[in-house]
Formats: sequence, C-alpha cells, structure tokens
Amino acid sequence: MEYAIVVQELTKRYEDVTAVDHISFEVKEGEIFGFLGPNGAGKTTTIRILTGLIKPDEGRAFVAGYDVLKNPIEAKQCVGIVPEVSNAYVDLTAWENLILIGKLYGVPSQRLKENAANLLKEFRLYEVKDKLVRTFSKGMKQRLLLCMALVNDPKVLFLDEPTSGLDVESARLLREKIVQYNKDGKTVFLSTHNMEEANQLCHRIAIINHGRIAAIDTPESLRAQSMELQYIEVAFNKIVNTLEFSENPSITKAVLAGNKVRIYTAEPSIVIEFLVEYAKRNNLRILSLNTMMPSLEDVFLKLIRGKEVVTQ
Amino acid sequence: MSTLARQFKRSLVITEKNIKIYYLKGPVIIFGLVFPLFLALAYIIGRNIPLKEFLPGLIGMTTFFTATSVGPSIVPWETRSKTLERLLCCPVAMWTIMVGDMLSSFIFGVIISIIPLALTLFLGIQPLNFIMLLLGLIIANLCFAALSVLLSAYPPTDVPATSMMLSSLVKFPLVFISGVFIPVEQLPQWGTAIASISPLTYFTDIVRQLFLNKGFYPLTLDFLAVAAFTIAFAFAAIKLHEKYLTKRLS
Repeated sequence: MEYAIVVQELTKRYEDVTAVDHISFEVKEGEIFGFLGPNGAGKTTTIRILTGLIKPDEGRAFVAGYDVLKNPIEAKQCVGIVPEVSNAYVDLTAWENLILIGKLYGVPSQRLKENAANLLKEFRLYEVKDKLVRTFSKGMKQRLLLCMALVNDPKVLFLDEPTSGLDVESARLLREKIVQYNKDGKTVFLSTHNMEEANQLCHRIAIINHGRIAAIDTPESLRAQSMELQYIEVAFNKIVNTLEFSENPSITKAVLAGNKVRIYTAEPSIVIEFLVEYAKRNNLRILSLNTMMPSLEDVFLKLIRGKEVVTQ
Repeated sequence: MSTLARQFKRSLVITEKNIKIYYLKGPVIIFGLVFPLFLALAYIIGRNIPLKEFLPGLIGMTTFFTATSVGPSIVPWETRSKTLERLLCCPVAMWTIMVGDMLSSFIFGVIISIIPLALTLFLGIQPLNFIMLLLGLIIANLCFAALSVLLSAYPPTDVPATSMMLSSLVKFPLVFISGVFIPVEQLPQWGTAIASISPLTYFTDIVRQLFLNKGFYPLTLDFLAVAAFTIAFAFAAIKLHEKYLTKRLS
C-alpha cells in the first residue's frame, strides 16, 4: 500500500508555544483521513506545513511522494486545498478565479476551460460564473473553493473545516462531492470539528490535542476502545433513585436524563439482566431500554480531556 | 519547459491578475493620468524654469511615483483577504509571486511615464538618443517596481495603509535627495554623497544627459547603478518576504 501523506516527527514552534509537537502518521492512497481536534490543537498548522505554506522546525513530511521541504513545488502540484476561510478573489468572477488557479497549476488552456466548465456545472455555479465572487453567499463561495481545489485534478485534497457554517444543502452537496472524489481513488485529508461528518466520511481519524496525536484509528475502533463510555438508557413507569444502581459493580455511573436513567457500563448484558430483576423486585414496568454505543464525540472529549465524559 | 520558465510563466499569470484587480480601476487610472500633470504644476509654479529644464525632473518623479504607487499595498491587501495564502498553496515559489507583483507595477509605471515623454515629443523637444531614453525608462521602472515590492516586506502587516504610510516615508525623502529639484552638480559634497545612494538620482541623471546633454555621472555608470539597485531591491524583496512569511500568515 502506497502512502499519499507521510508525516514523521513533525514539530512547529511559535516563540514559546509548540503548536505541533513531534507528530507522526501516514495517510494511505485513496483514504479519507479525518483530522480532529479542539481549537488551537495544531490542525491548521499541520495542514499549513503539509501544503507548503510554512516550514516545520523539526521532522519531515511527504505528500504524494514528495518531500514538502525539499520539493515544495512538486508536492503542491499534486494537491488541492479548500481552506477554512474563503480566499477566492472577490473582485474576480467565479470563472476568472478558476482560470487563475488552473493557470497557476499549469493546466493546459483547453483542458482548463473544460475542467472549469464541468466543475461549475457540477457544483451548480455555472449560471453565475460571470458574476463577481463578492456577490456570492457563503455556500456558493465554499462550493467555488472546492471547484478551485479540484480544477487541477489533484491526487490529494486537503479540506480545512469545509462545511463549517454552511447551510444544510450546501454542506450535504460538499460531502457528496468529497465521497465522489474519493471513489475515483483520490486521497482526502479532512480537518473538521463535526464529529458526525467525520464519522460518516472518514476511513480513519486522527485526534490531535495540544499539538500531539492522541489517537489514530477507524471511527468504529475508536469507539470500541472506549467501551466504558457505552451506556444503557432505560425508562421505567416511575421515577427511580439512581443511587440504588451504583451498588452494582458492573455499573460505572448512573444519571437521570429526563424521564430516563442513563447507565454507563462495560458489561451491558449483565446490567440488562440486573435491570429486569430490579424492575420485578420493585414492581416497575420497563417502558423502553436501549443500548447505546459511545459516540465519536464522547471518544473525542474523553481523549482531549483525558478523562471519562458523561453527558448529562 | 524548464522549472524556471514554468515559474516565470506563472509570474505572468499573477501579473495579469494584479492588473485586473489592482490597476484597471477607475481611481488608479485617473491617478496615473492626472498625477504627472499635478507634479508638473507643483514643479513649475512660481519658478521661472524653461520647459526643457524641468522635463528630466518631471519624468523622473512621474516614473518613480507611479511605479511605486500600488506595489506596496498588494501583499498586505492579499494577506488580509487570505488570497496570498491561496497563491502560496499553488505550485509557485515566493519569488514567482514577487516577480508577478513587480511586473504589474512595472507595466503600470511604463504606461504612465510614457505620458510626460509623449508630451515632451509633442512639444518638439527631442532627446539626444530616443532608444537610450526608452531603455532608461524601462530599467528605471523595473528598479522602482522592485523597490515597491520591497517596501511591503517589512513590517509583515496585513494593513495596506500601514505599508503605504511607511513607503511614503521612504519615497518622499528620496525625491528630495535625488537631484530632481536641484541637479546633483549643484549640490554640496555631502549632498552629492547622499544623492549617490538613491536609484532615482541615476535615472534623473540619465534623462538630464539625454535631454540637456549635461549630467553628473557617466551614462554607463547611471545604467549600471540603476541595474544594480534593481537586482539588490528584487533580491532583498524576495528574501525578506520569505523570511517574514510565517509571521505574516500567523
């Protein structure tokens, strides 16, 4: 298996702050790789290093086989970038922006015009291609940024919070296009705050916190590693005292959540038997009972806070 | 195509973009057209100077101010709108972007500085060697365009007004020490020494020699000096922009 991105001991310091601290990971070709972390965790700094914008203080990084320090131009030639903040030229039209970027990538003129027209049609911007970008909505600007990132048909696509603040329709369209692009065998490096988005789209996820990688795995494996965060949600026909549950050694914690009791446990089958017995003993009826896997958000919060998180 | 040629081609793309966004604007064009006129009026009002005498100074000032008028604001402006980051994400080197910025300032400077030159010819004042004058105009515009990009290198600000104000602090004193108002040969020794550190001195000297047949330095030295300043400014601009890029983007 070839790697589209290889990061080795990458470190970046800003005066006395270490933004990225000896991180290492690989992204396989054709993978959608999620990069999650709280604000200031080092996500954007990592992306900026990988896309050749800034130089690391230590470590190495390879994109599409090229060392981003030694061969930055060749590395950048293989990538497309959708930044967090819109950075299309607002005084140019959508068409002019695409042509500008295509020319900077050295895309031959005829192919560039075809690519630009196809992308604008695909992203429902063709009708407004001759309008200045300053007249576009946020959703339109974000779709245009994706067009600009794809105009050179890159091998690796970097997306930094691509759906942040977007309306539902634009966000869904962008996600569909990311999946479609990935189906063509291209690699996607996706930085996001949106756990559901990461869960839906990513083959693997890295969680970065304080400049260090806290975990890398598939969304399912990350959840499986945090089985103590799974819980049973049970509703009785009467209000119960949750303190009675804490005596059971299989129960980590029990909290009231509306009319339900949320019981955290690593052994759900034992706890279900206990709950049935408890209901019989106290002459209660079980109205509903659900076993819930930990969400990616639970895992994320656990990793970045370094402790168990219980949602109230 | 070699890497160098490919990058230069991309510089031309950036030049085209700059002209479209920053130069082909009504106020900029009007400024470019009206500016030489006001400079001429400021230069001659209240002074009894023959037309032929004030033309070298007028051409020198027009070339200098127009070639350096927009350049210092481009990088700060693009930093603020995040488009600099967009450009740097593309497969272009920092020098590619800087050369693109220099070329757009150069083209604007050449077009506008042709106005006083055309006026000169229209009034029947012929230079001794028109080709040399044109060459001087081209190399001077290149030099001032490089200076304009250098002026935006430090501080690495994203506020165009800051950059413009600081560039004015450099540009205006240069005009006064460059033999524009008083020919270098009439300056005291210390004045001559100070004038020698300004590229505008050599360009004004070229124009004076080609119109009035009197200059302070040999013509070859004038050309060599302007060329040396061009290389030094361009090199310094690229290196400083590279050095402060991380700070600029943070």
